[in-house]
Amino acid sequence: MSKNLRVKTSKFVDETYRVSFKFNGSRYYGYKGDTLASALLANDIHLVGRSFKYHRPRGIMTSGSEEPNAIVQLHNNSDRTEPNVRATEIEIYEGLEASSQNCWPSVNFDIGGINNLLSPLLPAGFYYKTFMWPASFWEKYEYFIRKSAGLGKSPTTPDPDVYEHEYIHCDVLIVGAGISGIMAAKTAAKNGLKTLLVDEKPNLGGSTIYQNSEHFKINNQNSGSWLEKEINEIKKIDNLDIRIRTSVAAFHGYNFLLARENLTDHLPIEQRKNKTRQKLLKIRAKKVITATGSLERPLIFDNNDRPGILLSSAIKRYADLFGVACGEKNIFLTNNDSAYETAISLIQKGIKVEAIVDNREEIESKLLYEIEKNNVKVFKGFTIVNTNGYKKINKVSLMKLSKDGQKVIGSKINLSCDCLGVSGGWTPAVHLFTQSGGKLKFREEDQVFIPKKYSSEQISIGACNGDLILEDIIKNTPKYLKEFLNIKKTDYDNVEVFSSENKSKRNIWLLPSDKILGKTKSFVDYQNDATAKDIKLALREGFRSIEHVKRYTTTGMGTDQGKLGNMHALGIISETAGTKMGEHGTTTFRPPYTPLTFGTIVGRNVGEYFDIFRKTPMHEWHLKNKAEFENVGQWKRAWYYPKNNENMFEAVQRESKAARESAGILDASTLGKIDIQGTDASEFLNRVYTNAWSKLAVGKCRYGLMLNEDGMVYDDGVTTRLGENHYIMTTTTGGAANVLGKLEDYLQTEWPELDVYLTSVTDHFATISVCGPNSKKIISNVIPDLDLSDENFPHMSFKNTKIGKINCRVMRISFTGEHSYEINVQANYANSVWEKCMEIGKDFNITPYGTETMHLLRAEKGFIIVGQDTDATMTPIDLQMDWIVSKKKYDFIGKRSLYRSDTIKDDRKQLVGLLTDNPNEILEEGAQIVADVNKSPIEMLGHVTSSYYSPNLKKSIALGVVRGGKNMMGKKLIIPMENKTINVTVADPVFLDKENKRLNA
Amino acid sequence: MFIINCPFCGEREQSEFKAGGEAHIERPKQPTELSDDEWAEYLFMRKNIKGIQFERWNHIHGCRKWFNMVRDTSNDEIKAIYKMGEKPPVK
Repeated sequence: MSKNLRVKTSKFVDETYRVSFKFNGSRYYGYKGDTLASALLANDIHLVGRSFKYHRPRGIMTSGSEEPNAIVQLHNNSDRTEPNVRATEIEIYEGLEASSQNCWPSVNFDIGGINNLLSPLLPAGFYYKTFMWPASFWEKYEYFIRKSAGLGKSPTTPDPDVYEHEYIHCDVLIVGAGISGIMAAKTAAKNGLKTLLVDEKPNLGGSTIYQNSEHFKINNQNSGSWLEKEINEIKKIDNLDIRIRTSVAAFHGYNFLLARENLTDHLPIEQRKNKTRQKLLKIRAKKVITATGSLERPLIFDNNDRPGILLSSAIKRYADLFGVACGEKNIFLTNNDSAYETAISLIQKGIKVEAIVDNREEIESKLLYEIEKNNVKVFKGFTIVNTNGYKKINKVSLMKLSKDGQKVIGSKINLSCDCLGVSGGWTPAVHLFTQSGGKLKFREEDQVFIPKKYSSEQISIGACNGDLILEDIIKNTPKYLKEFLNIKKTDYDNVEVFSSENKSKRNIWLLPSDKILGKTKSFVDYQNDATAKDIKLALREGFRSIEHVKRYTTTGMGTDQGKLGNMHALGIISETAGTKMGEHGTTTFRPPYTPLTFGTIVGRNVGEYFDIFRKTPMHEWHLKNKAEFENVGQWKRAWYYPKNNENMFEAVQRESKAARESAGILDASTLGKIDIQGTDASEFLNRVYTNAWSKLAVGKCRYGLMLNEDGMVYDDGVTTRLGENHYIMTTTTGGAANVLGKLEDYLQTEWPELDVYLTSVTDHFATISVCGPNSKKIISNVIPDLDLSDENFPHMSFKNTKIGKINCRVMRISFTGEHSYEINVQANYANSVWEKCMEIGKDFNITPYGTETMHLLRAEKGFIIVGQDTDATMTPIDLQMDWIVSKKKYDFIGKRSLYRSDTIKDDRKQLVGLLTDNPNEILEEGAQIVADVNKSPIEMLGHVTSSYYSPNLKKSIALGVVRGGKNMMGKKLIIPMENKTINVTVADPVFLDKENKRLNA
Repeated sequence: MFIINCPFCGEREQSEFKAGGEAHIERPKQPTELSDDEWAEYLFMRKNIKGIQFERWNHIHGCRKWFNMVRDTSNDEIKAIYKMGEKPPVK
């Protein structure tokens, strides 16, 4: 059924190397060097997909990364499957399997095609307008919309490939290896600069490399041959790094760029083993030269989207580079000279050109002369008003343009064809330039945006800078390079250039039709099916900002980011609104320029390397003893230690009981530890904590509460005075880094006169906490030389001592309310001390407990956890911790805020204890607390912050914050749950041992 | 990503630093003598301008030193960097 449209041997594809591949299940052949698109076209296949909204048949339209239609799914149902791959970019390899997307059951017969017939009912903003009401129906709509929307399928199994990140620092980065990029690379590298040249295509030379025409000459050679020699020369330069198949995704400030280098996507699958698939290059360049060229514009007319309609430049590329004819009866529609170049290329290869329809009335071009010499009919001042052919174009209708170009006149001429090339002139590819923060200006004569002001050390050269014809590129590029690189001469200062191209152009954004606009389908954004009609509708409905029109019509919001149609959208808006182009600006070009795979973005940070985590010195012991872990900040903390298939609740009940009845042991190494030294250390603590520190004796410990300047509790912990001018502060596990940062901030910026030095020692010391009525007996055996009597070693004091030869600091402090000791020891000895405690504690059933039991034990005592029982709205007064706020101190961080009009209000949320009427009912943390369920709306008084079942009290206990809770002692409140309400009584937050007898037990 | 010239370490990537808000807001020496409104002015009121902004930065993953920066927020151009306690070199 399929024809062979390979017309000429091309030096860019290897015809001795045949490659077989599958498209929609059928086998086809191409050659090494083909893209999927060129191989399909050689097999006379244009129809490759369906459009997003109307499911119209769509064909290959371009030959590069700007492709809106020919996007395919690779290797469907395998672990390497990838959606949204542009057929125009993927190089074929043996075994490639591709299939069409967005169609069901097949691309040739697609049920969704009915949307095309319904299109009068599907105007711009259809989804916004229709599916809004009734709001409760959204869930139902969504199911169907999601099903019919979306392009392609994501893989369902892990990606078997490996990805990497590479950092590159260079003097000069050149983006784009077309003719100007090659000239820049050679110039920079030959001047001794460390140069990096990247290009998204597999070969260098852009569109000049396959230019083989007498009409374009450099130093008397065809421009393609001249450039080939230049490329051969630069490949030999040592300080020039060339990366092909590398697409710059983002150009950030300060010349930081991200690029994706494709290393294996062109290889047969079996050759990809043990190779990196893609690399994310993180490039920091002293100077950047953007040479990204330009993209040809389509033209906007009725039914301009049929398979077989391609950009004129793409037809040229397929013919010159791949030796493939896109059709056997070609017609061109153009408003400038470019289509003539393509037509000449085709004629050279014996491909039939039927006619050229040119919007221009008067054409002065050497290229026209050659075309007419070849008996090709040129319709001057004409336009195409319609096309025919459902799955492939077979006919075009032309009419004469009126003088002002706003109407068509005369009678219709029909011409048959099988391929239509369109050329609406060229759009400089300024995407990366604007991403970097550059500002554009509008050039009236050919209606293009070009760079005006750069935001960093960079320039744009060649077509992306508005030099759209060869002559301008060759003449201007050396000039720009000399100035930018600060050099006196280049190899190109005296190059002779001959080019037959003429710059004349007749720009009409929306070509007129004999039908009214409402009856036409003139596509502006092909991928998202946005038409000229939709844009005009948006304007009629009052949208003016280009950003709003874009979102309302979805113009430019596809995976191609509207690379083809955005300019037309702007043009139509400014024509309709009667404003000048450039006044509206452009939509923002956002990274990435072409889509990136997730694999490239994450690189090697997958699985266990996804995020770093911190381990305590006893981590291996916890593992060995089957601990479950909890993430706290970046730490892995032992959560609980299940025994004999216990669940978490059972394990925590056992651990909690053991700690109160005999002895428990906790790895508290993750607590932040800050070493504070200096003659003003005491004064410093006075200023950062709410309580007084000057009178704390050496060898004593004190609990401190730290506020923000707004009076809200920020962190807490015990600080110990090790010497006259030496303290060690502990912070919460999660707050350690921020506390240190905050303290440094005050020291460096507000109180530089204080003689205080802060050092983080969190990782240097490990902390082992042994608690319970038998803790004293255990510690007396672990450290036999230490006098543990209350007289020598009372609660809230510390001793420097030794366990064998190991120095340690032992604090008698308690977060559980039990008699307890915290042994601080140099981290690398910690595990041996831990094991010693376990060994000696065996006789006392010493029980390792994790963070969950720690939370339960402290809740029994009503001790808060900053961040669980507090958020950034709780003052110490709200926490009923007035006792810790010094009345005498003149100032401390946050003091003034404690009597702002807002913080002294009585009805602030305050911390209280909560007891359920049914002692076995455990509240849910986060549950809302109310007083009256019959009031509408129900007034929320607060929420539950901590809740447990206490095995020691044999009832459920909870802490919560309640509006005005301080004065509600004994009051009944209600916790409404999904299917019941729970009655609770407000209680003292200290549930156990109010007299603190256990501390000295 | 900026390159920031830390006054103590030299040029480093932005990822080593942490922004710390508006600069040259001095903590009142005698907070207790301020009215609620005066205290609120210090506590809450910050400029957020498009254009030249004076701000504090901390080399948090480096020398941990705080310093000042003058930055044009419209294009992220760093106009000046100077140590804490020094007068801004530009207006």
